[in-house]
Amino acid sequence: MKVSKEVRDIAEEILRQGQVGGVLGLSSEHGHVGPHLFSSTDDLGTLVLEPRYMLAKVCRMILADFPGERLGVVARGCDERALIEMAKLGQVDLSRLDLIGVACSEAQARECACPHPYPRRIDVGEPVQGVAFADTECAQQASEQDLVARQAFWTHAFSRCIKCYGCRNVCPVCICAECSLEDASWVARGKISPEISFHLIRAFHVADKCVGCGACDAACPVDIPLTRLYAQMREKMKEMFGYEIGLDVTNKSPLTTTLEEAPLHGL
Amino acid sequence: MDYRTVLTTCPYCGSGCGMYLPVLNGKLGEPIPAKTHPLSQGRLCIKGWSAHEHVASHDRLTKPLVKTGSGFKETTWDEALDLVVTRLLELRDRHGPDSLAFLVSAKCTNEENYLQQKLARAVFGTNNVDHCARL
Repeated sequence: MKVSKEVRDIAEEILRQGQVGGVLGLSSEHGHVGPHLFSSTDDLGTLVLEPRYMLAKVCRMILADFPGERLGVVARGCDERALIEMAKLGQVDLSRLDLIGVACSEAQARECACPHPYPRRIDVGEPVQGVAFADTECAQQASEQDLVARQAFWTHAFSRCIKCYGCRNVCPVCICAECSLEDASWVARGKISPEISFHLIRAFHVADKCVGCGACDAACPVDIPLTRLYAQMREKMKEMFGYEIGLDVTNKSPLTTTLEEAPLHGL
Repeated sequence: MDYRTVLTTCPYCGSGCGMYLPVLNGKLGEPIPAKTHPLSQGRLCIKGWSAHEHVASHDRLTKPLVKTGSGFKETTWDEALDLVVTRLLELRDRHGPDSLAFLVSAKCTNEENYLQQKLARAVFGTNNVDHCARL
């Protein structure tokens, strides 16, 4: 594919310059595609771009284990937003990363209901219009269904939960060393499905960080549409605080600032 | 910079979900569900997500143990396997092949289970073969 070829060429150039320890991307081997660190130009033939994996989380782990080195990474809009959120939390040093920015196609943007389907600097691909919140299933549900119907929908969705913790495990911004969802005072041990509070705790914890990458949806074995829930939280953050997640590393979350630092006007 | 992902199959049950095990700087990390796997399609249950944890667990047995009158004793694989062979042959000779049963496991591969039933039937002469997934 043309786009993969362009990414390969850029990765090759970055590797040849010798300033990075490797380029993180996706590799297709044995008929399967997974994350791969390309450390020499010889392996680049296997580099592909799909299916999409959230690479930001892998990126954070590699940077932490190799503190002196720089890393190249093939990054879509959501990867970059996740990296920016991690940087805000002191988990990633953006200056040690060389991003190869890939713009998503229109179909991909629609599939993820993505508001920003491209990174700040696009190296490969053409930017397409993001999906506005008003055009998402989430917004349609909110306008078409009353509270009782929506509650029934979510109660049914959450009742399917098998508490695999996949949503938390794949989440690039779930970075706490100790997770409330494993704390018996918040979540009863051995109870499946968990109380609705399990999902609400997670929704609140990612309210000011969720970049809408859709990794949780994709990892859920019982098809709970979690991104639909988090999209509403994200929209509220925008409405209430004018805060947009993942776009500007200097723009700190209003939930981690004090009222003195950032007064709430009109509330 | 050393980061590798190894494509493998979840060891926990017979479903055989696909996962990558990441190895970062020689250390095993949390599995990454393989999105291209035809069965699991990028999803895992909590057992799959925890499949790496026992590898470095302090509770993990790293040597075979033999049960003696005074409790378990550590031994070598050679001695443990010699003991198993000697006792199985003794039991077969004294009580007949059907005094033995062979349990196979969902945590093994199809091929390993095949070999185990072959051992039971062709070597020891019994059809007593069962499986932990017969719940």
